[in-house]
Amino acid sequence: MGKQDLPAEVSASAYNYPDALGHFGPYGGVFVAETLIAALDELREAYDSLKDDPAFRAEYAYELKHYVGRPSPVYHARRLSEHCGGAQIYLKREDLNHTGAHKINNVIGQAMVAKHMGKPRVIAETGAGQHGVATATIAARLGMECVVYMGSEDVKRQAANVYRMKLLGATVVPVECGSKTLKDALNEAMRDWVTNVANTFYIIGTVAGPHPYPMMVRDFQKIIGEECLWQMPEMIQRQPDAVVACVGGGSNAMGIFYPYIPYPNVRLIGVEAGGHGVATGQHSASLTAGRPGVLHGNRTYLLQDENGQIIETHSVSAGLDYPGVGPEHAWLKDTGRAEYVTINDDEALAAFHRMCRTEGIIPALESSHAVAYAMKLAADMPKDAAILVNLSGRGDKDMHTVAEKSGIQF
Amino acid sequence: MSRIASTLSALESAGRKALIPFITAGDPDLSVTVPLMHALVESGVDIIELGVPFSDPMADGPTIQRSSERALVKKVSLRNVIQVVAEFRKTDARTPVVLMGYANPIEAMGVDAFADAASKAGADGVLVVDYPPEESHDFAAKVRAVGLDVIFLIAPTSTEKRIRAVGEIGSGYIYYVSLKGVTGAGHLDVSEVSRRIPAIREAVGMPVGVGFGIRDGASAKALSAVADGVVIGSRIIEEIENSPADQVIPRVKALVGSIRQAMDSQEVTA
Ligand SMILES: Cc1ncc(COP(=O)(O)O)c(C=O)c1O
Repeated sequence: MGKQDLPAEVSASAYNYPDALGHFGPYGGVFVAETLIAALDELREAYDSLKDDPAFRAEYAYELKHYVGRPSPVYHARRLSEHCGGAQIYLKREDLNHTGAHKINNVIGQAMVAKHMGKPRVIAETGAGQHGVATATIAARLGMECVVYMGSEDVKRQAANVYRMKLLGATVVPVECGSKTLKDALNEAMRDWVTNVANTFYIIGTVAGPHPYPMMVRDFQKIIGEECLWQMPEMIQRQPDAVVACVGGGSNAMGIFYPYIPYPNVRLIGVEAGGHGVATGQHSASLTAGRPGVLHGNRTYLLQDENGQIIETHSVSAGLDYPGVGPEHAWLKDTGRAEYVTINDDEALAAFHRMCRTEGIIPALESSHAVAYAMKLAADMPKDAAILVNLSGRGDKDMHTVAEKSGIQF
Repeated sequence: MSRIASTLSALESAGRKALIPFITAGDPDLSVTVPLMHALVESGVDIIELGVPFSDPMADGPTIQRSSERALVKKVSLRNVIQVVAEFRKTDARTPVVLMGYANPIEAMGVDAFADAASKAGADGVLVVDYPPEESHDFAAKVRAVGLDVIFLIAPTSTEKRIRAVGEIGSGYIYYVSLKGVTGAGHLDVSEVSRRIPAIREAVGMPVGVGFGIRDGASAKALSAVADGVVIGSRIIEEIENSPADQVIPRVKALVGSIRQAMDSQEVTA
């Protein structure tokens, strides 16, 4: 869909972020040591020259179609909607992508940039292992060396994904420092990058990190929302009333929100992990309960103690277990263009089971947070209202977690 | 003239080079930090870089990470570190102290409150690893207004344009990072560093300290032939880490004393 097809009030929209230095209002930017600046400059220049290059666009589109299986369908979840008794719920089926989640859209794009820059080695951080698996997959596809950093706690919790990455030829490096989870894996990947920048490209898995990452990852994920812009009218002759997505670092949410930002009548709702409940302190709800600060190269909302130390987070879904959030979400929150809410572990698990039983779709636990909120919202809306949920991934990877919660051992 | 500038210009007149150790405040314990600072001065250091522990020290190698973690186990905060400076100043009015750390603890305290407290405590400079010049105009202005120097890093990969920008916004000295990578990493190419320094000093118009990868008297001496000062961090922290509690101070003193001696010796080393 081109700009000329947009309704008048939409094409008049002035949303144009980030600025040249990567700022989304007061958020984003480049907060890194001088040792990383040259690498980021090199990346920014390469991405600037490629992003509108027709050959690069065509290559990216080809991979998305033939390797990932895009466009992913929009599906009307009729029985789930009936169960809720209100608005109609539609699912954007990112779970049907190759490797089982939206992560691959971004990884293909970045790996292609790496190839154009002549870097034979890619590195990545991963928490649950989904981004690591996607990166290992593309590295195999393009014949690149791949090293994935993963907190040693996560290596233990996600043994199946660790094995998957190894099958695909990647080296998985357990990270022993700090809290031994995703944020520490990101620190370690940055340290690798700064040391090996001559031959190495760092593929960040979400819309975080220093500029240009939040912008570049959003650009590679916005295909999700762009497809919805024509799929929804095809299905219901109009755009939805609300778009709902889970927010870890925020890449699947930015991917589906971004093309809808100019549509003032479409509510954008990000769902953070409420863990055991925001009041317990054991959660990952950075936008809901955090304060602005600087981490991992950008300014954004962070979960931190009164001394500015980053605190440990909790969520039943490893992919939402991150103490920061992409800076563009911080800006969308402050400007009021998007709303951010929380869903607790228990609510996400209940939605997971409901989706399995009513639709025959096993959702990722991350995506189950978005489903849970959409179910609550639907109940309070009329039957002819439409809610579009980004079903960011499938739940195969979560079998162990869910079984354990139900007291079942394999 | 700031305490840092006058210290460095006195050294220059005397034909000597600055020895600048880095330690993390609160490692192994807050009670050790002030005595350790005095011991460093007794071993002949000229400026002390005092690390503020942070949970996510992205630019540091494993040695300084562990040091930060040990301090955080003891809940050492930025306010505690500023108190350390005040305590040190009670008996040392001469040795400059530079606070070195990451942006978030400062932002959590508030830049104005930080600048005020640090200058009242008698700190002389501040180096925020993840505030490059583009992101620190506001911060630098506030900190300079209370008389603190703002120290920036320059890397082997920094362009001429950036080096000039750092020269404009920074003061006190420039910290040239001698290798690609994180603190404590691999081996350092002395001839490469020697080649870059004269042009950098020329462009920034202030003294240049060199750090990252300096581990002994020989490398310190070799670099001090071209730089105005050398910064030694990971090697000192290893000594702290590997010493029984009652041996920390004497062993750090012995190490730093030997480096000072090597730097001041007239012998030519490779
Ligand atoms: C299926 C799925 N959804 C969501 C996320 C959260 O990431 P983001 O917020 O960047 O989309 C992950 C992360 O691993 C994921 O695997």
